[in-house]
Amino acid sequence: TSLSHSRRVLNKGEILWKCCAISWWGGVQMGPPDPILGVTEAFKRDTNPKKMNLGVGAYRDDQGKPYVLNCVRKAEAVIAEKKLDKEYLPIGGLGEFAKACAQLALGADNEVLKSGRNITVQTISGTGSLRIGANFLSRFHGGPRDVYLPKPSWGNHTPIFRDAGMQLKAYRYYDPSTCGFDFKGALEDISKIPEQSVIVLHACAHNPTGVDPRPEQWKEISDLVKKRNLLVFFDMAYQGFASGDIDRDAWAVRHFIEQGHNIVLSQSFAKNMGLYGERVGGFTVVCKDAEEAKRVESQLKILIRPIYSNPPMNGARIATTILNTPELRAMWLEEVHGMANRIIKMREQLVAGLKKEGSSHNWQHVIDQIGMFCFTGLKPEQVERLTKEFSVYMTKDGRISMAGVSSGNVGYLAHGIHAVTK
Amino acid sequence: MIPCIAMSIFSEVPQAPPVAVFKLTADFREDSHPQKVNLGVGAYRTDDSQPWVLPVVKKVERLIVEDSSLNHEYLPILGLPEFRSAASKVALGEDSAAIKDNRVGGVQALGGTGALRIGAEFLRRWYNGVNNTATPVYVSAPTWENHNAVFADAGFKDIRPYHYWDAAKRGLDLSGFLDDLEKAPEHSIFVLHACAHNPTGTDPSQDEWKKIAEIMKRRNLFVFFDSAYQGFASGSLEKDAWAIRFFVSEGFELLVAQSFSKNFGLYNERVGNLTVVARDNENLTRILSQMEKIVRTTWSNPPSQGARIVGKTLNCPELFAEWKDNVKTMADRVLLMRDQLKAKLQALGTPGTWDHITQQIGMFSFTGLNPKQVEFMIKEKHVYLMASGRINMCGLTTKNIDYVAQSIHEAVTKVQ
Repeated sequence: TSLSHSRRVLNKGEILWKCCAISWWGGVQMGPPDPILGVTEAFKRDTNPKKMNLGVGAYRDDQGKPYVLNCVRKAEAVIAEKKLDKEYLPIGGLGEFAKACAQLALGADNEVLKSGRNITVQTISGTGSLRIGANFLSRFHGGPRDVYLPKPSWGNHTPIFRDAGMQLKAYRYYDPSTCGFDFKGALEDISKIPEQSVIVLHACAHNPTGVDPRPEQWKEISDLVKKRNLLVFFDMAYQGFASGDIDRDAWAVRHFIEQGHNIVLSQSFAKNMGLYGERVGGFTVVCKDAEEAKRVESQLKILIRPIYSNPPMNGARIATTILNTPELRAMWLEEVHGMANRIIKMREQLVAGLKKEGSSHNWQHVIDQIGMFCFTGLKPEQVERLTKEFSVYMTKDGRISMAGVSSGNVGYLAHGIHAVTK
Repeated sequence: MIPCIAMSIFSEVPQAPPVAVFKLTADFREDSHPQKVNLGVGAYRTDDSQPWVLPVVKKVERLIVEDSSLNHEYLPILGLPEFRSAASKVALGEDSAAIKDNRVGGVQALGGTGALRIGAEFLRRWYNGVNNTATPVYVSAPTWENHNAVFADAGFKDIRPYHYWDAAKRGLDLSGFLDDLEKAPEHSIFVLHACAHNPTGTDPSQDEWKKIAEIMKRRNLFVFFDSAYQGFASGSLEKDAWAIRFFVSEGFELLVAQSFSKNFGLYNERVGNLTVVARDNENLTRILSQMEKIVRTTWSNPPSQGARIVGKTLNCPELFAEWKDNVKTMADRVLLMRDQLKAKLQALGTPGTWDHITQQIGMFSFTGLNPKQVEFMIKEKHVYLMASGRINMCGLTTKNIDYVAQSIHEAVTKVQ
């Protein structure tokens, strides 16, 4: 028959080819480049010796170098001496870490800790903590699916909650006309949030704006949130790093708890201990009582196990050693204070530099804002000029990382900013 | 202060059952019986029943501590580059054509679990069109108990067993397995254990793998390898990776979830790698870009310590050789325990055949003990093993093997 005549023997290579002619992944779209990483990529390619990378969300010393804290080095030496084994941690992580982590956030004599009505688990830094929290809410929160973020918020908040199955909404937060807190707008929006919705609050050093509510504003927010019966999700990634004082930076969290909010809380030790790549964080649920905390703990484990089974030891061990060794803890508090101070000094020097350049704009917000980031108020066109003409790299929203500013380049930065804004 | 939310939002949260394997260890710890033996959790133990930090790991850790140029900065989202490439090379081989073709990539992940989860999340979003929540995922019967949850939590709604363990003959149910492959809907995802099947210790032979591959190719089934014991099973990296390499040579696009928990003894540093073998570099690039998005909302970027240790070791010839030696030490001790356990059971005249103990491979052995006999072992003999009858061979030592053999003998003869 014609069929058998037209058939010919395919060699192995052709068989392979025919079978794999259609790839499984033809439909996979190219993911969009990460906006922040893109800044660093472009910075790397730039050959201008005066270039500045103000996109980076990691602390740099006054020489522009990554800073490994002394207390971290000492803790590592202590740990190395112990010759510990590498056995799996429990699903919820290193117990001593979880305890120290909760104490740091809440204060050692907090009633919540005494009554054992919190559950705190070790997580994969702040992101991992937020994701566990989001997953937990998605599975167990009986209220609306809506999570209210401040406008703007950390870029990764939205996809984290979305991937966990929640929906995103926003409340007013940043006022571009003042480069400050839109307190009135925030209260108005929060007053309209449906009961039992989730509201995300940045505990301190708001990312990306650096704009934090004042204590009396926090009090009003707490009252309103209570009235609306909202579930509070605190994100605290900069405790100690914002003002230099760990208790001051945790004030809002502690106030809310004291006011009766049973919050959920994410903590990161990436910045305040410089443990970025070790992925150290905690997730806390403040429950009604110890019995509820046990139930919640059991469910958190069920959530965690199919993601990564149990968390990494190294960073948690370092953090615990620092927090629980008085001499190292004191060293840490000093170093964190030092990092925060350097940032504050750079803010002051930048404003002084702008004045010196003859800028007629009001740059007070640079000093009023707090933490690693500063929302300069620069418009996209001005940012573009700053990058093109001065090789100063930052995100399009006008956000700069003060960590990338040093005494050696703050004058240059002031010059550049003045040039594009005069 | 009265809590403002009088009715707790979490008052309805039910108490979840504990994860069985960890509960077993917890119970073991509380037991004060002098002859207690823990044959539960899958971690290597020396002949003194101690955890073993590999000598090469100690050496490399010292190098890392002494290297003042190292810091704790963020790794890239996909992980430490030299770790990823070396890890994929270990799985696919030095002279892998796929690697030379630039169509292999790695995603550093938190242990084997993390690699499986990132792979599962990717497949659910991007495999075979978008939104694969209804695509069947097949896992072996039985399988590692966490496989189910990993895929379910990644969004897959249809997770099914494929025939694997034949309890009657205490071996592979090949015809059942092949039949399931023939009957599975096209494009179904199959989770295959690359070697040292957990929990049965029973692997297909090379000929059996060939049969499996033939059907999978013909029926367009997706291959997702779980490789948690490379080197640990036979003592040879190459031998333990044979199935993976065979499938790659047959032209499959596939995923391999690699764990370095066991073969590096780095359990608590969470070192894993998801190896992606794509058709070409262009596909690979798009795939990795989507992997980044998934990683970013899960843990942002992976932990550096474990990856540094493994990366340094794999990329330095002397350290690599030392590591292979350490791995062989572990594998050999397990093989010795297998030989001895079988010999002792045969010497005791314990009813049944015990060949499966030496035929099986890797850390685990499916003894064939039934739940009642397992209960007897735990309650009466203080020998802790999983309800499935799975034992961790690493829990056996020259000091306790007689007691364990005797206990098994009693369980089999006294309890039906």
